[in-house]
Amino acid sequence: MAKQIDDETMENVCILAKLSLTEEEKEKAKKDMQEMLDYVDKLDELDTSGVEPMSHIFGDDNVFREDVVTNGDNSEAMLANAPKAKEGQYQVPKTIG
Amino acid sequence: MKQYETIIGLEVHVELATRTKIFCGCSTAFGGAPNTHTCPVCTGMPGSLPVLNKKVVEFALRAGLATNCSINQYCKFDRKNYFYPDNPQNYQISQLYLPICHDGFVEIETEAGKKKVRIHEMHMEEDAGKLIHDEWEDCSLVDYNRSGVPLIEIVSEPDMRSADEVIAYLEKLRCTMQYLGVSDCKLQEGSMRADVNLSVRVAGSDTLGTRTEMKNLNSFKAIAHAIEGERERQIELLEMGRSVTQETRRWDDNKESSHAMRSKEDAKDYRYFPDPDLPPIHISDEWIARIKGELPEFREEKADRYQSEFGLPEYDSQILTESRHLAALFEEVATLCGNPKKAANWFMVEVLRLMKDKGVEAEKVRFTPQHLADLLTMVDKKEVSPQNAKKVFEKVFDEDIDPVAYVEEHGLKILEDTGLLNSTIHRILNENPGPLSELLGGKEKVMGFFVGQIMKEMKGKANPASVREALMAEVEKRK
Repeated sequence: MAKQIDDETMENVCILAKLSLTEEEKEKAKKDMQEMLDYVDKLDELDTSGVEPMSHIFGDDNVFREDVVTNGDNSEAMLANAPKAKEGQYQVPKTIG
Repeated sequence: MKQYETIIGLEVHVELATRTKIFCGCSTAFGGAPNTHTCPVCTGMPGSLPVLNKKVVEFALRAGLATNCSINQYCKFDRKNYFYPDNPQNYQISQLYLPICHDGFVEIETEAGKKKVRIHEMHMEEDAGKLIHDEWEDCSLVDYNRSGVPLIEIVSEPDMRSADEVIAYLEKLRCTMQYLGVSDCKLQEGSMRADVNLSVRVAGSDTLGTRTEMKNLNSFKAIAHAIEGERERQIELLEMGRSVTQETRRWDDNKESSHAMRSKEDAKDYRYFPDPDLPPIHISDEWIARIKGELPEFREEKADRYQSEFGLPEYDSQILTESRHLAALFEEVATLCGNPKKAANWFMVEVLRLMKDKGVEAEKVRFTPQHLADLLTMVDKKEVSPQNAKKVFEKVFDEDIDPVAYVEEHGLKILEDTGLLNSTIHRILNENPGPLSELLGGKEKVMGFFVGQIMKEMKGKANPASVREALMAEVEKRK
């Protein structure tokens, strides 16, 4: 049986995803996540022994670019996306580390 | 007190010397104005698509093959998820499941002889941006120029037992990476960074103790101090009957102590998963063979060859091979002037002195090998005095002048003009009757005074040996 999404798991998922949900939203999310896990349980019924895990759906490999500078100074356009900027830098809440 | 053994493993990040970032065409040049080397890819804009820089794979292969690693010929990238402002995508593109290289080793020199330090794995990843604290507004400012600069992370096995072994391992890695041309490995500029995993155990025990990880070590000195400090801290805890907590600690170089950053309980859950934007990489046998064929002669082989081929002492060959660039320059000069020992002495004394005085790094030394070879030949033929040769060499070092032309133009060439030399000797002897009578009376010491005076008059254009010879002949005549 699939893992049960309890309140503690829900709390942890919210912390990891930096989400603050109302009680109502939490209940709804719990139900959605439970259904997803139950569906994975269903998939688990298939015998996949001997099947390589897939990481990409297209068959491409070795997609490279050469080591050549193609971008110039985009700072003005880039910083236009920032909620706040100061002296050519992105301004964010105080971060210690 | 019981005897304790220190067990150390290292995670070393090396910034690769590519021109562009790992997943976009932005420059990696150090020191640009903030955010002038950024684009939608390296700032994590929605809808942007990373494309892998082929050079990063080549550099990682070089590093792996040079450290005896096996290559994962099928490898891919994974996302490491965490929120922090230096990481605009909210995930770092790294390799967890299939790192490009694994199971290698390097050999280090220790007091007890050669020792192998095993490499667990080596993977490719992107660097994060830089955060600066703004005191005025009590906020943080972010510069994403470094975001997306390619790194390889080299993870060792816990094979080191002392700070000395750690430094030897780091120096070995640095020298190897510099010889390969994949990184300049400057700790101060952050192009080489080391995290130290350390635990202690009672000597003779074969179970590992609880380890801590130390970050923010940016000099060999800081690394040595941090290792000593952490070793003592852990032993003290154990002696008091307490246990070591598994945690990440941050080293403070000014206070020379560390403090806990985060413990295992609130350790991050990174939820790694394969990056769907980046297709996997297949590394063919041919590709590996080509990189292998292109590996340079490394320091040990080079030093051995200098001893067998050039007949240099071990000490000289060690010093001359510290930098691959300088070694190449030395070899050309040695071959051109046909006197390796003379060339070696010149490098070890004059070149190193000028580098130190002028603050020039080995990699930045630029002069035409022929110029130094010509100068050494002139010294050999006694066409220029050793004193003047040093002055001329400074010009070669600074401006790469042609020493033959320079010596001619500045009248530094030793004259074979015996007429001028003889008339100078006569004059000096006549001008100094006191010392002359002492000399005639058999006081040999006064010779030095006269040679000096004559050399001064000749402005270095005579060589001391011929001055002494001509002077002796004249003195004999006057006796």
